Amino acid sequence: MLGALVSVPLGAHQSAPKAINVPYNMFTLKNGLTVILHEDHSVPVASVNVWYKVGSADEKPGRTGFAHLFEHLMFEGSGHVKEGDFDNFLEAAGGSNNASTSNDVTDYYIDVPSNAIDLALFLESDRLAYLLDVVTPAMVDGQRDVVKNERRQSYENAPYGMAEVRIPEILYPKNHPYHWPVVGYMEDLTAASAEDVKDFFRRFYTPSNAVVAIAGDFNSAELRKRIEYWFADVKPGPSAPPIEVPPVEITKVIKESMTDQVQLPRLYLTWLTPREMSPGDAELDVVANVLAGGKTSRLYKRLVYDMQVAQNVSAAQDSNQLGSQFRITVTPKPSADAPELALDKLKTIIDEELQKLKDTPPTDREMQRVMNGLESTFYSQMERVNGQARQLNSYFAKTGNPDYFNEDLARYRALSANDISAAARRWLPADKRLEFSVLPAAKK
Amino acid sequence: MRHTLTLSLALGLALIAAPALTAQQGPDRTKAPVLGPAPSLRLPPIVKRTLTNGLPVWIVEMHKVPLVDVTLVVKSGSSSDPIAKYGLANLTADMLDEGAGTRTALDIADAIAFLGGSLRTSSDWDSSVVNLHLPVSKLDDGLGVMSDVALRPTMLGTEFERMRKTRLTSILQGRDNASTLAAMAFSKALYSGNHRYGAPAGGTETSVTEFNVADLKAFHAKVFQPSNAQLIVVGDITAASIMPKLEKQFGLWKNTAPVAKVTLPAAQPAGPRTVYLVNKAGAAQSQIRIGLVGVARSTPDFYTLDVVNTILGGSFTSRLNQNLREVHGYAYGASSSFSMRQSAGPFQAAAGVQTDKTTEALKEFFKELDAIREPISAAELARGKNYQALGYPRSFETLSGMASELVSMAVYGLPETFFNEYVPKVQAVTAAQAQAAAQKYIQPDRFAIVVVGDLSKIEKSIRDANFATVKVLTVDEVVK
Repeated sequence: MLGALVSVPLGAHQSAPKAINVPYNMFTLKNGLTVILHEDHSVPVASVNVWYKVGSADEKPGRTGFAHLFEHLMFEGSGHVKEGDFDNFLEAAGGSNNASTSNDVTDYYIDVPSNAIDLALFLESDRLAYLLDVVTPAMVDGQRDVVKNERRQSYENAPYGMAEVRIPEILYPKNHPYHWPVVGYMEDLTAASAEDVKDFFRRFYTPSNAVVAIAGDFNSAELRKRIEYWFADVKPGPSAPPIEVPPVEITKVIKESMTDQVQLPRLYLTWLTPREMSPGDAELDVVANVLAGGKTSRLYKRLVYDMQVAQNVSAAQDSNQLGSQFRITVTPKPSADAPELALDKLKTIIDEELQKLKDTPPTDREMQRVMNGLESTFYSQMERVNGQARQLNSYFAKTGNPDYFNEDLARYRALSANDISAAARRWLPADKRLEFSVLPAAKK
Repeated sequence: MRHTLTLSLALGLALIAAPALTAQQGPDRTKAPVLGPAPSLRLPPIVKRTLTNGLPVWIVEMHKVPLVDVTLVVKSGSSSDPIAKYGLANLTADMLDEGAGTRTALDIADAIAFLGGSLRTSSDWDSSVVNLHLPVSKLDDGLGVMSDVALRPTMLGTEFERMRKTRLTSILQGRDNASTLAAMAFSKALYSGNHRYGAPAGGTETSVTEFNVADLKAFHAKVFQPSNAQLIVVGDITAASIMPKLEKQFGLWKNTAPVAKVTLPAAQPAGPRTVYLVNKAGAAQSQIRIGLVGVARSTPDFYTLDVVNTILGGSFTSRLNQNLREVHGYAYGASSSFSMRQSAGPFQAAAGVQTDKTTEALKEFFKELDAIREPISAAELARGKNYQALGYPRSFETLSGMASELVSMAVYGLPETFFNEYVPKVQAVTAAQAQAAAQKYIQPDRFAIVVVGDLSKIEKSIRDANFATVKVLTVDEVVK
């Protein structure tokens, strides 16, 4: 096969790729708040995305889940916004909002018709300046109950849900900030107090720890004045301190299993891999695609299509700021085999395919397929102003450049097939990984 | 991560005047800002054309990104499944891309992935859909694969057996999921006596074994016809550029026989209010579904029910979400919906609630479902209407969003004026109309109430509350 002998960079067969250009304005207010604006007049809407550099990795032991609980409190009103009015005002203006918390960041958005951007700025600036004016123990109690139910719904009562809680606990030592789940432990949620909220707010919810990105139908010069108006009384504060990360390494095969109320077992193979945007990150993204991206990918084709022994298989490089995980997840079809045996059989085949990829670079066609898919994904992200604002903020946080689209694509285009095999050899050793299984609980 | 700020001058930032206010002055926070008039919906025109075989084509140009979205919608779906062969339409759609023309299943997947696109085949209650989404530069190659998949599926027996095995495994896995079980039990309770809506669109463990590949071929031949279909193209194209390509790929497709319009029988009238319990040992939450048979998409009360549902359980500030989540903290969220189909689909209120508050949560549900039949305040009505009407433009932001609105229009025969009428008609809903519709369609004494949870912890309390007659269903009874 040609690809085995000649290593061709991903972009080599393409005519000069069309550059993605996302013009933006960026400026910093006196209080330290950075703002990124991108005009898009195709639909009369706008998205205000506020990215706070704080996530579950910033939490203290005994208060896990706090960054996420805090995220909930940000919607409960602030100094000049009564409880409930954050949503009342936005819904009355045809707006919607949400937020998400990860290990590394807490990301808020408000989507509005273009006439209501001022309302979004009022609400965002008020909660950044005056949240603590309204925080009470009762408010913390209310959202504590909601978050506990979020944990019950998304993890405890979801098939295989508790695997997501357990796997990071095994991968990372107790003092590593990725050891505990973003949603937190029930007892820590119970312990969280209004005092904790105040302390957390003062440390992390400051203008220098936040970036506002707005995309949509507006005039940048006029909008800048409104931003300066609304955020003028937000007082400066400290930047978040850097996180101390103990070294972490898997030195052998770690095997663990748990039971769940499920019909079929599931196997998770996990490795610790390079953090986002660092060497190896893009390579492993391509490895994941070659292995399990679509019907013609190697693992899907063999396990699901040809042999029909798996119901599904997935692979992903889950990139994070302090380190990443590469994970292969597979669920067997029902069979006469005992669950452990069924998983062992799947593992043997996965290892064969991994070894093939380590020994032989992907074909040109595989490389091109992955690249073409990535380019489409880039365009799709740009369709909605919500996606634009989020991506600008995400790139800025990761690289210091909001318009990193072309550089990001270039990361992938620069990869050769040999690089992919090399990354698989370097980062996905068969003898150093976590082999985690979920087994069906005995029927009652 | 630390970073250096750089100022982009590309957009003429240097021309922007100095800040109007200094930090000392501060904004006026005594009230929320007064907003200017909401922008009106600015939709690009729908260009309507027809291929030589009579297949209608709707084209909407959107040039923001170099992508195109092509949908062939066939106006028959799971409602057309023969009795006992439930799941036939759905598996037919699933099989379209498992081999077509001269291509194998893997050839198709490889071709589309190589083009950096997606080709999806799916079905709903009233339609079957083949959707191509890819960079506009790859359109010619993509359309060739798409027309094979839609018009010339191979339907090999071996591929069908593989797909059936996968489907049966998915159905088996549904037993793991309390939400899936609750949805199945609820449909079954509302639509008894073999009504199509009583079983999942994808079929059941039993029904999926009741047909074979010949049934799929016959179903495809029967409903996939130009007279029963429509093309919808959205994206970075023009009508002039796309029409010859569509004519080449779909123009020779011929009608064979008229496609009969399927009308499902009316659901049997609801019996007395009943509670159905399903055990899920150890469940941390109880999944609740409450409701009754609602309305068809053709209901004259469409706009009124849109507003009523928004206020009851269709938005974050809705009564159910506020009560169950914000006031009581029993749930992560609570919602309601009218599922509008060619025939009357279900109205349902739903939530997952913590096990030890299941009975309390049910009481709060009933409180809100009674209260929505009372007059709605002007402020609440205005907020509900605005949320729907002013948020409407966002439905048209993406190619897929626009295409999905056009598919609905085609499948349900909505007038071309629908998009432009939506906002004024929502805004015209009165408090009296809202109350009348709530009283007509939300009838608490006819509710079916489904609770899937740990019965060892919740059954006694639910029985003691005397909500209604209680029936316990086994998981087998729910999924068979």
